[in-house]
Amino acid sequence: MTHVVLQKLNKVYPGTTQAAVQDMHLDIPSGQLVALLGPSGCGKTTTLKMIAGLIHPSSGDITFDGASVLPIPAERRGAVMVFQNYLLFPYMSVGQNVGFGLKMRGVPQKTINQKVIEMLELVKLPNIANRRPKQLSGGQQQRVALARALITAPKVLLLDEPLSNLDAHLRDEMRELILSIQRQLGVTMIFVTHDQEEAVLLANQIALIFEGVLQQYAPPDVFYRQPISERAARFFGGVNFIAGTRRGDRVTTALGDFVFNPAGKDSAPEGAVTLTIRPEQIVLQPADTRNSIAGRIRARIYVGTYTRYKIVLNDGSEIEATRPGDVGSLEEGDAVRLAFPEDRIWVVAQR
Amino acid sequence: MSRVKRILFYAAVVGVVLALVLPIITFFINAFAFRWFYPQFVPNEWSLQAWERIGLIPREGQRTLEGWWRLLSSGSDVINALGTSLALGGLVTVLSVIIGLPAARALGLYRFRFKRLVEFMILAPTIVPVIAFVLGLNINFIRWGFSGTLLGVAVVHLVPVMPYVVLTLSGVFANYNPEFEEQARTLGAGPLRTFWYITLPSIFPGLVVAALFAFLVSWSQYLLTFLIGAGRVITIPMLLFAQASGGNNAVTAAMSLIFIAPAVLTLLLSARYLSGEASAVGGFGRI
Repeated sequence: MTHVVLQKLNKVYPGTTQAAVQDMHLDIPSGQLVALLGPSGCGKTTTLKMIAGLIHPSSGDITFDGASVLPIPAERRGAVMVFQNYLLFPYMSVGQNVGFGLKMRGVPQKTINQKVIEMLELVKLPNIANRRPKQLSGGQQQRVALARALITAPKVLLLDEPLSNLDAHLRDEMRELILSIQRQLGVTMIFVTHDQEEAVLLANQIALIFEGVLQQYAPPDVFYRQPISERAARFFGGVNFIAGTRRGDRVTTALGDFVFNPAGKDSAPEGAVTLTIRPEQIVLQPADTRNSIAGRIRARIYVGTYTRYKIVLNDGSEIEATRPGDVGSLEEGDAVRLAFPEDRIWVVAQR
Repeated sequence: MSRVKRILFYAAVVGVVLALVLPIITFFINAFAFRWFYPQFVPNEWSLQAWERIGLIPREGQRTLEGWWRLLSSGSDVINALGTSLALGGLVTVLSVIIGLPAARALGLYRFRFKRLVEFMILAPTIVPVIAFVLGLNINFIRWGFSGTLLGVAVVHLVPVMPYVVLTLSGVFANYNPEFEEQARTLGAGPLRTFWYITLPSIFPGLVVAALFAFLVSWSQYLLTFLIGAGRVITIPMLLFAQASGGNNAVTAAMSLIFIAPAVLTLLLSARYLSGEASAVGGFGRI
């Protein structure tokens, strides 16, 4: 149960001018599961290693429960990292691996053995303490790595791409395991990933990072409804962007005027904006014509659980809409009307 | 394998074995022969006289526990030289590994400016003849009081030894993942214990190979020991050279066997580190 705060954190690697991490300010309440999300090379792993104490920041501070941890070396900081490729020590047995942290703390061997059994049960891998890491599958190795990290009762658990090496079926299993451990132990968890799906699946809060700069820090659903920028929207799979001019709750575009209803938060100023709406929020063939435009279906892509429509609009631009798979009867070449519900439209400032 | 290929393969094996083993067999025969003259295929009479003369085996009638003890504590030339060679080899091995580990880690793990140049400088002693630098070095060593001391000779042995140690170890580090160390750190291991529990076991096979190279290269040095040792550091090669340039064949053969013994012994003892998976880590990996 540790409250982690990053204050104006900067990291500039020697010999570079561009900061790997720039003025990162992040407040992570205790017991949260936070994702640092961004494309590779955006500084998220650097941030994670700074929290662990493996990289020293150029400036700024990191506090655990209000106290700066920068003077504390990695081995005594209480922030344990689980690496992406698990890094089980190959010449030690599974039991020795899991017990490593306690051995370093000088705990008697008898107590270690007991705790190892407990931890392996926690990650649902009992009776494998005598095996070698090589004899385990990837998913099992990851769970052993998790047990090895948790045995020291860390203040903060740091995970590097915890789900990305697993196939879809193991992903669900691992996700549930991590969430149940988090509920059981209440440990603050921070993980990095480049995969927005992984972040959404696991995190309470997502910190989106581009080029070392924090873009948006919010619960997962906010990134779908109210992304901070066009780039943030694109990162979360947004595809529909229409340039326009905003005056109050009205956006004027080449396709006509749209009325929108900024529910609560509002990120765009008056003037040049980009209007965006998620494909699944567009209503095809609406009952009334409010906020609607005409188009023609260029392509119909049946995906099974839903159907994607690529629709060409009057000005030649293209927009994508989806409908649940069993709603049919629209074919390629059909003329179609599409409505943008006013509480589903979101506008961001143009770059 | 086709028939022809198989025949060629075994022919090559027999050829290599003959070329390498036959000369050593003649050493064995010489060292244990009483007299070996043409046209005898093998000697008619065998004896240990050569070994008695270099003072490694007591004379007939004195081969009791007491006799052995008196002989080994007598401080004969060969026994003293054996001690010097072993001490020198040990010292050089320890020094070269202490110096070579950080250098190899830097070359294997990191990219930095002038890396190619640094690599070349480290390899240079394998190309530059010893005689080209040792005379100048000798003048300085005399000035510093290094000449004629075991430490001085050990330091100068490092010149031909370092390329082998650094090359072998940087191969190890080229296949090494330093994140294992970071993992250990966050689990609570300080720098020293991280080295002991994580780094050392990971590089151990390569370290053994590097140490063997260091010892054997030092063991076989002649010219460097001769010049820097100033006649006061007498190793096995010094005695062997003196003996070979005008001595008894049997004695020369016996000394030669002593000279090659550590090479054969260490290779046999460390075969598992030099073969298979370990050699991929410990051998000449990419640098």
